[in-house]
Amino acid sequence: MTAALETRALGKRYGSNWALHECDLAIPEGSVTALVGPNGAGKTTLLQLAVGLIAPTTGTIEVLGHDARAEPLHVLPHVGFVAQDHPLPRRFTIAETLKLGRELNPTWDDALAERRIAELGLSRRQRVGTLSGGQQAQVALTLALAKRPKVLLLDEPVASLDPLARREFLSGVLQAVTESGITVVLSSHIIADLERICDHLIILSRGRTQLVGAIEDILAGHRLLTGPRTSPGGVARVHDVIRESHTERQTTLLVRANGHVYDADWQLHEVDLEEIVLAYLGHDGGVAETEPAAVAAR
Amino acid sequence: MIEFHLETRSGVPTYLQLVQQVRQAVRLGILRPGDQLPTVKEVVEQLTINPNTVLRAYRELDLEGLVEGRRGVGTFVASGQPPLPPDDVKALRSSLQRWIDRARAAGLDDENLAALFADTVRPPTISRVA
Repeated sequence: MTAALETRALGKRYGSNWALHECDLAIPEGSVTALVGPNGAGKTTLLQLAVGLIAPTTGTIEVLGHDARAEPLHVLPHVGFVAQDHPLPRRFTIAETLKLGRELNPTWDDALAERRIAELGLSRRQRVGTLSGGQQAQVALTLALAKRPKVLLLDEPVASLDPLARREFLSGVLQAVTESGITVVLSSHIIADLERICDHLIILSRGRTQLVGAIEDILAGHRLLTGPRTSPGGVARVHDVIRESHTERQTTLLVRANGHVYDADWQLHEVDLEEIVLAYLGHDGGVAETEPAAVAAR
Repeated sequence: MIEFHLETRSGVPTYLQLVQQVRQAVRLGILRPGDQLPTVKEVVEQLTINPNTVLRAYRELDLEGLVEGRRGVGTFVASGQPPLPPDDVKALRSSLQRWIDRARAAGLDDENLAALFADTVRPPTISRVA
């Protein structure tokens, strides 16, 4: 596996507060990775570190094998970055915005930019400030894609969009993945729909990675166990209990299974991604990585 | 040509839903040998899903021998995939209908009925849990 983005013991501290701490992860080339977590989890910090907008306090982060601050020319021309709320010069027309992109980027693909603007049904004379939120997001995406990037980083790109604009924006991203096989990292606090868009997942919470892995392995490696009320002791010795809840007569556990669960006392159920993510966001444990063992045991 | 649909709440992985829909369409004769499946690009556009998921589904169908990918052209239903004989399907459907009538008469509602059917069809899940 070649990593498009890789961090080792990465940390970023603001004052006494670690926005990101002891972060180890690798994002495979060609994947579409969701970076999920509540506001303040460290998602934006991680993306800004990737493109060198801020410097790490500890550890390293590499994009396409290079450090964006030490060797910006090996990284920045190949990275499309759409910042939160996709800031664009509001008084510029679309034509002027594209000209800016053309002047600033040696690898600019004018035909791609013009084609996208036409497909979106926008006029080159429209001013950016007069566009809807969804259209502005699409223009920002056009700027990023016309660079012909190898890696596309999107910080909360759809948080402020209505469902239709959200779907259209993501469709644009996925078309780029289909056509040029780019790697996409997409931060979001909206969990719904991620499973159809993404193939890898990183859950961040309070500056720490809670779970990193391929979505398929994550789904295969987690189970919901229900049974008569008991303490999770026996299960917890073998598997990681992510969440437990009890009623008077019943106990429900969400576990990350280490190998097979063969316990006649428990009924096993599959869990969907949203439930797994929510369980981790409410969980205080350390890093869990989907180990090959969990995959092989399927 | 078939059009895929997704049941996001079903819990069945997306790629597997695509695989199952092709299998079913071939069995029922909706897709015939030589028919082309939608291109990856078309499926991505239509469903807004990850292209890797579509590729994965098509690869799986290819491994099963149900379809064959032709480089640069597309993915086609392989020959030698006879659909279920229509008469048999009809006969099975009517005997299933009789079973359903009996189950209803015994007091099973739709949910119980579906649960009983699924439970009988599916191998015990315990053996395939990771």
